[in-house]
Amino acid sequence: MKGTEAFEEIIPLLTDEIAIHANGYICRESFNIKDRGENFYMIGSMGLASSIGLGVAVSRPDQKTIIIDGDGNVLMSMGTLAMIAAAAPKNLIHIVIDNETYESTGRQRSLSKLVSLEKVAQSAGYIHTKKVTNKSQIKGAFQELIGKDGPSFLLIKVEPSFDKSTGRVHHTPEEITFRFMKSIKKTKS
Amino acid sequence: MLTSKVFSELLFSKGFNFFTGVPCSLLSGLISIIDDDPKTPYYPAVREDAAVGLCAGAYLAGKLPVLLMQNSGLGYCLNAFTSLNLIYKIPVLVIMSWRGEDSTDAPEHIIMGEINQNLLNTCGMEYSVISSDNYKASLNTAIQQMEKGLPYTLMVGKGYFNEGH
Repeated sequence: MKGTEAFEEIIPLLTDEIAIHANGYICRESFNIKDRGENFYMIGSMGLASSIGLGVAVSRPDQKTIIIDGDGNVLMSMGTLAMIAAAAPKNLIHIVIDNETYESTGRQRSLSKLVSLEKVAQSAGYIHTKKVTNKSQIKGAFQELIGKDGPSFLLIKVEPSFDKSTGRVHHTPEEITFRFMKSIKKTKS
Repeated sequence: MLTSKVFSELLFSKGFNFFTGVPCSLLSGLISIIDDDPKTPYYPAVREDAAVGLCAGAYLAGKLPVLLMQNSGLGYCLNAFTSLNLIYKIPVLVIMSWRGEDSTDAPEHIIMGEINQNLLNTCGMEYSVISSDNYKASLNTAIQQMEKGLPYTLMVGKGYFNEGH
């Protein structure tokens, strides 16, 4: 499956969940499929989508929080997998779009071709871990994990396929903060 | 010397309600009080930049976060401060111990001890070196800066807080 196909499957499944997006093409793919107030687009600070998502999840246990991460980000902050497992927020799903490359900087290879990230997450102590390689598996895997107590980890193996003409997120960082905080406040139960 | 108990109670009274960090012996008393208090979550972080991310998420979700760390973690945090907090206007209170404040400290602390204020200045990040005379005013300044969406650092010298070990 191509990376773009994975986004086309996963993004329309989001309803009122909080979604923290890693930098690079992840923000841009998601933004262009469906821009939502509950989306936090992390345009810099590579490696920190997982810790930002953890901070949100433990602070808002009433709300499902999804981290949409990449293999490069996870490898950079592998220790955060331990922080997530230790804090064990039931409402957290960590999705990793794994294209085995640093695609936005020219498709340099990452280590995830050789290192199984879902096994790392499982060993760290995530409650549920799944790996999918076919786009027909994505919807079922997402729905299964969203119905369970986490933290959960969903690895989606893809081929690099990003279209460089895909636009950048056009909100300013300050606008992203303001809109995100307003949106998730609104959904507070 | 200010007791860690007095300062932690001041932090709680000002509404700080989310704590993370990487330990330093100079902050050990403060960390153990916070970690032992069931009302205030303390999340051990594996590295200081992960703690910056954690605090950012907590702030976005309505908390008032504090990051406790040694100045040796400042370098790890600079990309997070400059490409997350400062551009997104995400505030955080950083309580940073000042190892290497004088040249008698261990060798690994000497260079960072000399340059840590310059690094903060270069990034445009405000800070205070807290003392018994200014700690309340410094915290109030920190809160005012945070209300503008800015990070603020309170630097803590050796022996300022009683240690917890």
